[in-house]
Amino acid sequence: MSDAAGATTETAASFVAKAFSSRSFVVGFAITSLIALMAIVSFFWVPYDVTVLPVADRMKPPSATHLLGTDHFGRDILSMIMVGSRNSIAVALVAVGIGMGLGVPLGCWAAARGGWVDEVLMRFNDLVFAFPALLSAIMITAIFGPGAINAIIAIGIFNVPVFARVARAGALALWPREFILAARAAGKGPALITLEHILPNIATALLVQGTIQFALGVLAEAGLSYVGLGAQPPMPSWGRMLFDAQTRMMVAPYLAIFPGMAIVATVLGLNLLGDGLSDVLDPKLRRQR
Amino acid sequence: MSLLEIEKLGVDIGGTPILKGIDLSIAAGEAVGLVGESGSGKSMTALTMMRLLPHLARTSGRVTFDGIDILSATEERMCALRGDDIGMVFQEPMTALNPVKTIGEQVAEGIRWHTGVGRAEAEDRARRILDRVGLPEAKFPLSRYPHELSGGQRQRVVIAIACALKPKLLIADEPTTALDVVLQKQILDLLRDLVQENRMGLLLISHDLAVVTDMSDRVTIMRHGEVMEEGETARTLSNQVHPYTRQLAEASMHVPARAKTHAFQGAAPLLEVNNVVRDYPGRRASLLRKGTPTRAVDDVSFTIHPGQSTALVGRSGCGKSTLARMILALDRPTAGSIRLTGEELTTKDEAALKPLRRNMQVVFQDPYGSFDPRHRVERLVAEPLHLLDRRIGAAERRDMVAAALHEVGLSSRDMDKYPHEFSGGQRQRISIARAIITRPKLVVADEPVSALDVSIRAQILDLFADLNQRLGVAYLFITHDLTVARAITDDVMVMHDGRIVERGRTGDVLDDPQSDAAKDLVAAAPDLHRAIARRLREQG
Repeated sequence: MSDAAGATTETAASFVAKAFSSRSFVVGFAITSLIALMAIVSFFWVPYDVTVLPVADRMKPPSATHLLGTDHFGRDILSMIMVGSRNSIAVALVAVGIGMGLGVPLGCWAAARGGWVDEVLMRFNDLVFAFPALLSAIMITAIFGPGAINAIIAIGIFNVPVFARVARAGALALWPREFILAARAAGKGPALITLEHILPNIATALLVQGTIQFALGVLAEAGLSYVGLGAQPPMPSWGRMLFDAQTRMMVAPYLAIFPGMAIVATVLGLNLLGDGLSDVLDPKLRRQR
Repeated sequence: MSLLEIEKLGVDIGGTPILKGIDLSIAAGEAVGLVGESGSGKSMTALTMMRLLPHLARTSGRVTFDGIDILSATEERMCALRGDDIGMVFQEPMTALNPVKTIGEQVAEGIRWHTGVGRAEAEDRARRILDRVGLPEAKFPLSRYPHELSGGQRQRVVIAIACALKPKLLIADEPTTALDVVLQKQILDLLRDLVQENRMGLLLISHDLAVVTDMSDRVTIMRHGEVMEEGETARTLSNQVHPYTRQLAEASMHVPARAKTHAFQGAAPLLEVNNVVRDYPGRRASLLRKGTPTRAVDDVSFTIHPGQSTALVGRSGCGKSTLARMILALDRPTAGSIRLTGEELTTKDEAALKPLRRNMQVVFQDPYGSFDPRHRVERLVAEPLHLLDRRIGAAERRDMVAAALHEVGLSSRDMDKYPHEFSGGQRQRISIARAIITRPKLVVADEPVSALDVSIRAQILDLFADLNQRLGVAYLFITHDLTVARAITDDVMVMHDGRIVERGRTGDVLDDPQSDAAKDLVAAAPDLHRAIARRLREQG
């Protein structure tokens, strides 16, 4: 297991150097930061205000004044994509936070206690997994009403079992290891051992899973908005833009193309980032190249 | 002409020289031992013969096998040689077999590939060779999977695969290191018989001089990728002309100097184990019926006095480690009582155990797995300080860690390093430093030296002996290696199938064992002196 140790002592500088030698990490990191940057900039500046509806300018194809064109209310598409990215990122981020915040402790608890606790928690997990996530999210928003908050909760709940499983699998593999036995012989209880030894050793797996769930969160949010259960107008959102573009596909395909590209780019970027991270952080894979 | 001739072989990987000017020859039907400590290049030499070196490795010199120049042969030619004319037995029978294929398929695979015979005939030949290696079809049908076999049985399958086509040369790379002594003897006997029956050349790679002496006609001793000495086995090892040969031979027979052992009589016992039983639930027979439980530890009782060093020896799977875990209160017995300094361990909860844990610590076998790779040495060694009642400041903690590291022969500068920056022997020292930092009265050591090279092993045994003398720590030494037991312990207990079948003074039990289990262990234990004497006698 000496290779597992390799990752830990790297100074920040050598980690960065290694990370940037991984192609998927570099590309994923670039796309992801571009989108994050877009979201941050949108707070201070957008080309056009998206809350005014200059109907005279409606349905303009891409041009010098409106880089990506305008929609059926005359709003600038670029501005809407920029503002919409905030919504996508916020929803996905909080949903991943809910998933990790609940899933990781549950998974660690199940691994540490074993027995019936493990059994009950994991079977409940299976139950949540068994529902098609998007369908259940629709159900939740249908009951509690549409809106960004409910979308976040709905997506977040379905992240819980994913993180619980990853955490439990990682923890279960660590518990019989001798250094954990040594910690137990030093009188440390399960909670302390989990905090000191288990969590740092499964952090890598959780981080990688986190980026992938983030991408899925963006996708789920777009899906919910598309069916009208996500962010409500006038708040722009990518899924909603796609829905609005649907009926005008023949006349103005750019209405659908640009928000669609934004979604694809975000998901692709995050997946590449996750893939790159797992390469960079897993010393065994790294050694083989 | 020799079967295998290696001349001036050099290997480097990415510019780092791994092997330097190796000369080695094996005649048909001859057994040659290749000895050296980890990193000496033994396995690399074997891989070169099969041309299975990692990518980026560059070779120089000449390797001729049966008239074929191995280093320049085509890959096709090598594929035909591997498994047909050269067979290989690996160290770890767990990983050398494919877990999703039956043993019959795995043996037959090579036969079909090399000889082009049909499935039925290949299976027939597989059946015969498996029968020959001691896995008769009546008890071990070809449809068994590797996980259904024990370690020794798996190694027999690996040998069957290697010998199925009666190769001219058999390479065995530490074939018994993962097995206990009794299995080791059986496997070595099997290898010797197979080699003699078919007049195969044998290259036996081992770190154990006694095993090599037993098995091989000639021996080559390697260190740092170079051949140190080469010659006829018994003469080389008894004359010990080369200083490194002497160093190896002395280290493998090393007995730490221990002053007179402590007098235990009269003193209150430190550890009392009374009628301890541990059952593990068996596999459910059906949905409603519970399986019959397996009894891992069966009615074990003994005592250890302060400062006493006791060995617990036995074959793998006899319940030694289960017993150790219960003594360390990491596992609870099904029945019986365990008292440390007069206080019952088995009924206390974790909080009440805390003061008792201070008095018992543990050293594990694997110097790699016993540390959290993400913590620095300071934090690792300081871990048991958690057991002290008072909170300890950062400065005091560093002082205590420094003192403990000093105690085991390491420098206080080492505390800011990570475990992977140390060698196996140094890690085992760190492990011992962690065990003694709370000044425990009892240290349980579970095979603490079996993963170490002989010279490192001698140093660690010295350290254990020294700590026993200076700090008066009592040991429970769990081992299957009788040399270790003899070197470091006052008393020995022999465990078999969960029971303690024999106990007494270490010297008495090992020289004159009474029970069958102890006799088996003693008879199977490799002993360098005896092996050399036997060889010399045979040669007259």
